[in-house]
Amino acid sequence: MIAELGLAALWLAAALAVLQLVAGSLALSGKAQGLGGVVRPVAMVQGGLALLSFAALIVLFCQTDLSVKLVALNSHSAKPLIYKLAGTWGNHEGSMLLWVTVMGLAGGFVALVERRLPEATMLATLAGQAFVSIGFYAFLLMSSNPFERLPQPAIEGQGLNPLLQDIGLAFHPPTLYLGYVGLSVAFSFAIGALITREVGPAFARAMRPWVMGAWIFLTIGITAGSYWAYYELGWGGWWFWDPVENASLMPWLAATALLHSASVLAARNALRAWTIMLGVVAFSMSMVGTFLVRSGILTSVHAFAVDPERGTFILALLAINIGAALLLFALRAATVTEGERFTVTSREGALVFNNVMLTGILGIVLVGTLYPLLAEAMGSKVSVGPPYFNPAGAIFAVPMLVVLAVGPLLRWRRDSFSRVRGQLLLPLLLALGLAAGVAFNRGIDLLPAIGLALAPALMLASLLPLRARSLMRTPLPIWGMVVAHFGMGVALFGMASDSAFSTERLVAVYVGDNVGVGPWQVRLDRIEPVAGPNWTALEAKMLASYDGGAAVEIDPQARNFWAPPQQTAESALLTRWNGQLYAVLGEQGEDGRWQLRLWWKPFVPMIWLGGLLIALGGVLALFGRVASDVRRVIARDKIAYRRQKQGR
Amino acid sequence: MNEGAPRTSRWALWLPLAVFGLFVALVLYGLLRPASRDIPSTMIGKPLPAFDLPAAQPDRPGLAQANMATGKPRLLNIFASWCIPCAAEAPQLGELARLGVEIDGIAIRDHREDLAAFLARYGNPYARIGADDVSAVQLAMGSSGVPETFVIDGKGTIRYQHIGDIRADQIPMILQKLQEAGQ
Amino acid sequence: MNTGGIKAKHQRLVLVLVALAALLGAGLLAVWGLRSQASYFYLPAEMAANPPETGRAVRLGGMVEAGSIKTAADGVTIRFMVGDGKARVPVIFRGIVPDLFKESSGVVAEGRIGPDGTFVADNLLAKHDERYVPREMKDMTEQQARAAVVETQ
Repeated sequence: MIAELGLAALWLAAALAVLQLVAGSLALSGKAQGLGGVVRPVAMVQGGLALLSFAALIVLFCQTDLSVKLVALNSHSAKPLIYKLAGTWGNHEGSMLLWVTVMGLAGGFVALVERRLPEATMLATLAGQAFVSIGFYAFLLMSSNPFERLPQPAIEGQGLNPLLQDIGLAFHPPTLYLGYVGLSVAFSFAIGALITREVGPAFARAMRPWVMGAWIFLTIGITAGSYWAYYELGWGGWWFWDPVENASLMPWLAATALLHSASVLAARNALRAWTIMLGVVAFSMSMVGTFLVRSGILTSVHAFAVDPERGTFILALLAINIGAALLLFALRAATVTEGERFTVTSREGALVFNNVMLTGILGIVLVGTLYPLLAEAMGSKVSVGPPYFNPAGAIFAVPMLVVLAVGPLLRWRRDSFSRVRGQLLLPLLLALGLAAGVAFNRGIDLLPAIGLALAPALMLASLLPLRARSLMRTPLPIWGMVVAHFGMGVALFGMASDSAFSTERLVAVYVGDNVGVGPWQVRLDRIEPVAGPNWTALEAKMLASYDGGAAVEIDPQARNFWAPPQQTAESALLTRWNGQLYAVLGEQGEDGRWQLRLWWKPFVPMIWLGGLLIALGGVLALFGRVASDVRRVIARDKIAYRRQKQGR
Repeated sequence: MNEGAPRTSRWALWLPLAVFGLFVALVLYGLLRPASRDIPSTMIGKPLPAFDLPAAQPDRPGLAQANMATGKPRLLNIFASWCIPCAAEAPQLGELARLGVEIDGIAIRDHREDLAAFLARYGNPYARIGADDVSAVQLAMGSSGVPETFVIDGKGTIRYQHIGDIRADQIPMILQKLQEAGQ
Repeated sequence: MNTGGIKAKHQRLVLVLVALAALLGAGLLAVWGLRSQASYFYLPAEMAANPPETGRAVRLGGMVEAGSIKTAADGVTIRFMVGDGKARVPVIFRGIVPDLFKESSGVVAEGRIGPDGTFVADNLLAKHDERYVPREMKDMTEQQARAAVVETQ
């Protein structure tokens, strides 16, 4: 019953999306002006129905209704409730339903709150949003129905990949999806602006909070995903340049560029066509990434069953959406009038540099991700990994980070470098000093060395915009920028420190033996069997002491899941202020020794701390802007009210 | 403002679309490329590997390589009670059994009670069921998942490997393969 | 409005040129980097016939030969043979092997060929997944561990 309700809601939402598109287009073309009034309410109801449909699927998963195929395939009655919940989106159909739900909700929310833009632009935007949504609804309903029933209810579900049974991961995909799909709003705004040719500061201000919101979720999602891969895969690494990771990184890069170019457009009315382009590109990257992951055309991909029909369907969808947007861009962008001018040494100049560098990184990642496909077309099987991505990305990232230190100090429109030279002296000296120090340490590779020299200087320089300001009266968006840039420096330091200073021990030891790794002494105390709701495990009880200090227990496990049967290694982490001890338990050899893998990773948590700071910066900026918008609206209403009173 | 002057040449505006077109072409090629997806199993045309599996159920005998060379083509179905596509496939196997096809099964990493419940619920078309608790035979057969179905000819040679569940519209195809194997 | 028109036009041109140069640079860099850094996939027969240069990162895929896994005295280094029926390549690996790494089953080793012709693996990916995946089975071998990352989407 609930499944049928969910399906009905989904059909209804799809129908409303069609109505939204048709009514919006008709009203826009002037054929039926009256229809314009229904577009906003329809968008809101459509969002509500999509949410209802998704809620129905959540209920089915929580009840473990095994007559529904998707539930039987992806859930198990013995699973803890939280993972039943996560099972809702931990599969193809459910995640696509989440996608359309977020898209519908975002469209509805735009319809509800956005009042700054001309009504025609809003109509075009909402029609654009509906246009994109319809394709995804069609995809769900025709080839990925999440509510399909089994002819006979299954006796027991098949379970969820044990690696996914992790609390951090349970909420990782929805976070990323909020980011991916949130960018659809920017896409629709860009289309709306192209159609009505209303590109200007008002457009940038209207779009910016949506981009910022999506970007915050993307940042959190990527940070969390990286941490998850770090502790769950047990390889000690935190970024593998896997196509899936790249699929989340590419929209983030585009959205970061978009945020910065939108701020130029909002403040200075320049970079008009470019901002539109980025609005299109950011969401296109979300779709491309999702497509690459879903269609299974990249060999690294993946454990969902991949149906070629689905791949073709998503590709068609992608070609229509992105192709149409780019065609519109090609036809219309030349008529978007030129923006204001500025010199190279100015805030705008620095932001343009940032944009070009981010686009460069985006290109590097995109080409590297697609290259295996290209190579396969030419007859060889390859994979592309860190040896390509790291140096090629760094060539753009390093100059970008240097300019990041300078840019916020420059004035808009026209400035000279000599004015800010004095302020930058201290960070520069710091960077040079560190570079000299690092150069003496021969064990460090070039990239980590650059990172170590640059990161502290970057942190220092990012605080400079607060100089000579009253901290209490500094506007929140400035604080946001400072915190986010500071976070960049923090994350960079963590990355560089992990590469430069990590030490690893891989040993086979008897119970009772001691192992040293970095400043730690670790003793394998005993091995105990433990059991969870749907797994059993061998747990190593180990006592770790830092530099002769008190021993702390640390318990990595080798876990056996039984539905479906699978083994995983649960790593154990011990965090101190200056780094993390990371332990993995391997197999027992024939001579009774246990394999242990231990890492001491100085300052590695700073990577994710930095990521969270970047997101926090976004939250501050978003909050500051929304608050000032609200204040402005209230003030305007007050004036209008007073005028009205006087008029009487 | 200079009326939409073509300051950036107009062709540059078409560049993104062109790049995207290339992307679509590449990906379309990747999607349609048949080669690496449907590599025929390397086991086809080879005799079955040697194996002798214990009975997975008390009411059916176990399965050995020797049982397969009966002079008549038969199906070897690799399945498990914990596998949902196997349940989806059960009606089709039942139909094939009803049409007189002899089917043997290998249950992968299964528990006896679960398997009994599975067979009671979805039907038992199998003449023999071997229990492969460590996937050894499965791997030797070149199979990497469940369900998979092999067509074995009368001499015990693998003639066809079907990957994934047999859908209703694939029954004629399986019958055809059996017939070919019988010639 | 158009004060200093020439200069402004000039500036626009510079911007466009810088952007184009950067993107072109990115393209060239990508091509060069990919040519030299992409890691090629080898079967044992291909590796025997036409070995990659020493030290270059490649991947080797094949079957772990029965009876070939030997653990060294340190308890964490293993040696084994990877074969494809036509040729066999000795592999050495230091680390914790994946759960489904077994004799007579498929494996993909990431690493490089050493001067003595032994393949030094940094990472082993074993054939995996009980749960059936119709299409990708041939490729599943390569990526079992990452499949997990993939499923997060």
